[in-house]
Amino acid sequence: MTWRDAALPAGVFVALALAPFLGFGQSHSLTLLARAMIFAMAAISLMLLVGGAGLVSLGHAAMLGIGAYAVVVLDHARITEAWMVLPAGVGAAALFALATGAIAIRTSGVHFIMITLAFGQMAFFTASSLALYGGDDGYTLYGRTEIFGARLLEDRLAFHFACLFCLVAAWALVRVLLASRFGRVLRAARENETRVRALGLEPYPYRLAAYVIAGAIGGLAGVLLANATEFVAPAYLAWQRSGDLLFMVILGGLAGPHGALLGALAFVLVEEWLATLTEHWRLIFGPLLILCVLFLRGGIAGLLGRG
Amino acid sequence: MNTTLLLVQVLNGLQFGILLFLVAAGLTLVFGVMDFINLAHGVQYMIGAYLGATLAALTGSFWLGLLLALPAALLFGLLLELLVFRHLYERDHLSQVLATFGVILFLNQGVKAVFGAAPLQMPVPEALSGGVRIMEGLLYPAYRLAILAAGLATAALLWVLVERTRVGMLVRAGASNAPMLSALGVDVRRLFMAVFGFGAMLAGFAGVMAAPILSVEPGMGDNLLILAFVVIVIGGIGSIRGAFIAALIVGLVETIGRSMMPDLMRLFLDASAARQTGAALASMLVYIVMAAILAFRPAGLFPVRT
Repeated sequence: MTWRDAALPAGVFVALALAPFLGFGQSHSLTLLARAMIFAMAAISLMLLVGGAGLVSLGHAAMLGIGAYAVVVLDHARITEAWMVLPAGVGAAALFALATGAIAIRTSGVHFIMITLAFGQMAFFTASSLALYGGDDGYTLYGRTEIFGARLLEDRLAFHFACLFCLVAAWALVRVLLASRFGRVLRAARENETRVRALGLEPYPYRLAAYVIAGAIGGLAGVLLANATEFVAPAYLAWQRSGDLLFMVILGGLAGPHGALLGALAFVLVEEWLATLTEHWRLIFGPLLILCVLFLRGGIAGLLGRG
Repeated sequence: MNTTLLLVQVLNGLQFGILLFLVAAGLTLVFGVMDFINLAHGVQYMIGAYLGATLAALTGSFWLGLLLALPAALLFGLLLELLVFRHLYERDHLSQVLATFGVILFLNQGVKAVFGAAPLQMPVPEALSGGVRIMEGLLYPAYRLAILAAGLATAALLWVLVERTRVGMLVRAGASNAPMLSALGVDVRRLFMAVFGFGAMLAGFAGVMAAPILSVEPGMGDNLLILAFVVIVIGGIGSIRGAFIAALIVGLVETIGRSMMPDLMRLFLDASAARQTGAALASMLVYIVMAAILAFRPAGLFPVRT
């Protein structure tokens, strides 16, 4: 562990904390930053799976979606209290991760990619069939989540710092997990499963635990995402969104959770910037993606790490 | 549901399965021989449809359009291979997924920029515009039957190519052990280029044939691609036979499920809820089948690698 590993994300967090006071305080910038931080959380949780356990999930958007739909279901029942909404969103995503992970982790490699995709698609089609909550058209929330009845999150600045707090917490949790004995078993099983077994450790429960934890963090990101947009649609669960998340992780680099952090921020900001340039921004974004894969092997973190 | 309706759905399902097979065949070979995940295979299908529709409109003839679209799709596939995919063979699956995802973004947006977001129309050829009376009270479109026939003929041709020719033998050898084949002095790279171009052409062929009955629009390949991946995973990666059987299973499950699920749900729910839930369940059915098959046979129905 070098000083750079901690200094880089710390710098990013300080920049995010200061951003509203350095000319990024308009509502548009704050919305964009909130979005970037929420996807960074989701990417960090996916990083625990991809970088830590070597489990490439192409269904991680489902975790976000389930968190977001938990907000919708409670909102429909006029429950907007954070102490109900947060555990519901996180718990629902964790339960879904537990049920699907128990089956998916029995497979490996390409089959794991496909089976997580399958579960993601099931969640997607379930969401689009929920007529009560708008079906394909999505659902507009009555209001943001309240904290002890106080409408704190209506204030954009307060919401900005709530997102930042959750982001730092998620980053710290994944970092601690990866450095712990738990994380070492995950990484060892990724590198050589046979040897881990020979040492008397069964990788399955470790992987499942990682999958559930990643799902729970994803669910938290989903709760925040629903609050950020005050609108939830099945598109949140589409497989292309899972692809985006995976790309954020790789773009940042697999060296640690700060890679996913950088990757997600870069992804959301570049996407937004290109969209202001031209309607056909994907014509630039697509080749950019290919070039990153071909030439940026350690990801952004690797580039910065080399100095 | 009466027998006539069921028969129509079975025919529709088989026809969809055949289209899926044409896309999945190239995918499974590329995956099997080079261990290369090509998410951009679905856009080959889209490109085929666009090429077919454009060339048919330019020449004024469906057949000329089809005839010209095939080599054009082949060239396009080889161009992509040369520009992008060639540099990814040595990389891990993750890099391949991402780079080919970039190709999808680019090409989907590219056709939107060139042709606009509105769907393109391609007329059914005159000779096949009528219907065929299959049984009393059942008139089935001749063009859809032609798709079925053309697809089956292509599948048979593919079977002969893969099982009975020298190139086919090399392809099978490559799918089961590529490093060994390379060590025996076969230029796997060149073999792969041939497989890749051929797969792109098959997907393009499926696109041209689907163009008159489905809407030709940006992103049309994305959902088909996911189903094609489901097909090759169910069938066993690298197995043409597996892809064929799995494609028919997926086509039938998808089509029949979509038409029967809402009726089935009506037994438990009121009409509008039954329609919604039924449609969702029908879309999910394929994935449930895949998850079930993978849970019991993790390497698919016909595993190639042992």
